[in-house]
Amino acid sequence: MKRDVAIVGVGQSSFIRGYEGSIRELAFEAFKEAMEDAQVTPEEVGASIVCSAPEYDKQRTPAGLLAEYLGLNPQPTFYVESVCSSSSMGLRVAYSMIKAGLHKVVLVLGFQKMSGISSAESQERMGRGADVMWESPFGTMMPAYYAMHARAHFDKHGTSEADLAHIRVKAATYGMLNPKAVFRKPVDLEKVLTSDVISSPIKKYDCCANADGSACLVVAAGEVAQELSEKPIWVRGLGAASASLTMSGRESLTGLRCAREAAREAYEMAGVGPEDIDVAEVHDCFTIAELMAYEDLGFAEPGEGVELIRDKETYADGKIPVNVDGGLLSKGHPIGATGGSQIRTIVLQLRGEAGDMQVKDPEIGLIHNIGGVGIYGNVTILGR
Amino acid sequence: MGFERFGTVSFTAQTKVDRFVDLLDEGKVAGTKCKSCGKKYFPPRADCSNCLSSDMEWFEISGPGKLISFSASMYAPTGFEDDLPYTIALANFDDVKVFGRMSKDLEEEDIEIGMDVAVVPVKLRGEKVSYEFKKA
Repeated sequence: MKRDVAIVGVGQSSFIRGYEGSIRELAFEAFKEAMEDAQVTPEEVGASIVCSAPEYDKQRTPAGLLAEYLGLNPQPTFYVESVCSSSSMGLRVAYSMIKAGLHKVVLVLGFQKMSGISSAESQERMGRGADVMWESPFGTMMPAYYAMHARAHFDKHGTSEADLAHIRVKAATYGMLNPKAVFRKPVDLEKVLTSDVISSPIKKYDCCANADGSACLVVAAGEVAQELSEKPIWVRGLGAASASLTMSGRESLTGLRCAREAAREAYEMAGVGPEDIDVAEVHDCFTIAELMAYEDLGFAEPGEGVELIRDKETYADGKIPVNVDGGLLSKGHPIGATGGSQIRTIVLQLRGEAGDMQVKDPEIGLIHNIGGVGIYGNVTILGR
Repeated sequence: MGFERFGTVSFTAQTKVDRFVDLLDEGKVAGTKCKSCGKKYFPPRADCSNCLSSDMEWFEISGPGKLISFSASMYAPTGFEDDLPYTIALANFDDVKVFGRMSKDLEEEDIEIGMDVAVVPVKLRGEKVSYEFKKA
């Protein structure tokens, strides 16, 4: 196994509604935790990569702001954006910079403060993550796009609204155990199935919770990582792919091609297969998204993902635990911070430090992080 | 007025394919076809990513198409509230897929994946134009 780039520090703010502070203070929370976890000082950080979706902020070019606030001048800093998968893409860039020998330690910092705008305004901004010339003029929004995928999956594979509701129940089960989750209440099947329709067949409880939050990763070159950390978590596989922004360009709506392509690349680089994954974080922005992830990642054959949730195989004590931190559905989805938070969860799991959410002795973990409605796919495989 | 006439809310005023809205006025929903390699595009575009030619011609989307999927939205982004509820959909025509809305003449119970649809231009408020899917 390659031991050339590792994650040596992780941090995350609480994911909450209505953070009472500015983005710099929000970013500081995750930064402080990650730096203390890694036991590095700002001077030891060779470069910082700031990740978010820019349309939520008044602040232009937030990397400059945050590098100053976090004491990371005069080292290079810049911005990486792939909407909801920004900080997974940040890790990919950090890995590349370290492998190229440019830096020994690189910081990846994702953040998003979403509460400054209304839900309708948020949907309008998210909707503009579609093709603004040809699709947004129809009044598109994220739930409607994923609802089209759900409808296509139902039609092809006989999946039901109840199957999706079981995914929400699982998310709530673990959100209750996660002190940093925005939604910590239990949810039962009936509550999901009787909640308001947002865009058929997607209902309120099929949707993730918007939140404010930040997440931070300290990434280091092999020799430095072994000096810094007793439990470095190694980057074993990185996969990234893209698919058409327009729905007109998609071959099918029953899965996400960008996820399948990214998974193939990540498995190949890591030299492992889906059967080797002990714990996973997948991008459950909607319940259907988690179901498609089971199939796109090869945890199940197309159309058979429902068996995993029906048989509770994706619970903590199942065959392949998925989103045992509450996922985007309950933990929350502060866009730019989401990938970093997913990566943090897997790092803690592999170190055996996930507390009440810990699964039994995992050696290899996987993170599936999607930007937009399957525009950008990032799959990351980490190992002890 | 140019391309900002397209849709309930437009986010793009200028494009080299703004003839699309004139064709809607003429009762046609059209894509573009590369004169060099023959590749057909919808949404229409000015440039061919297949052979890098910019020599394109218009072709009318002829039906019927088959509905790939749809969803009826009960909430809307800012600017679309007055249209609620509305149903977005994707349909497969001979060489291209078309994204749009279902006609309000159709109840949700009348819509199913695989049904035959036609795509037709519609006039919206003011000078605005768009297109929608009807049962074929």
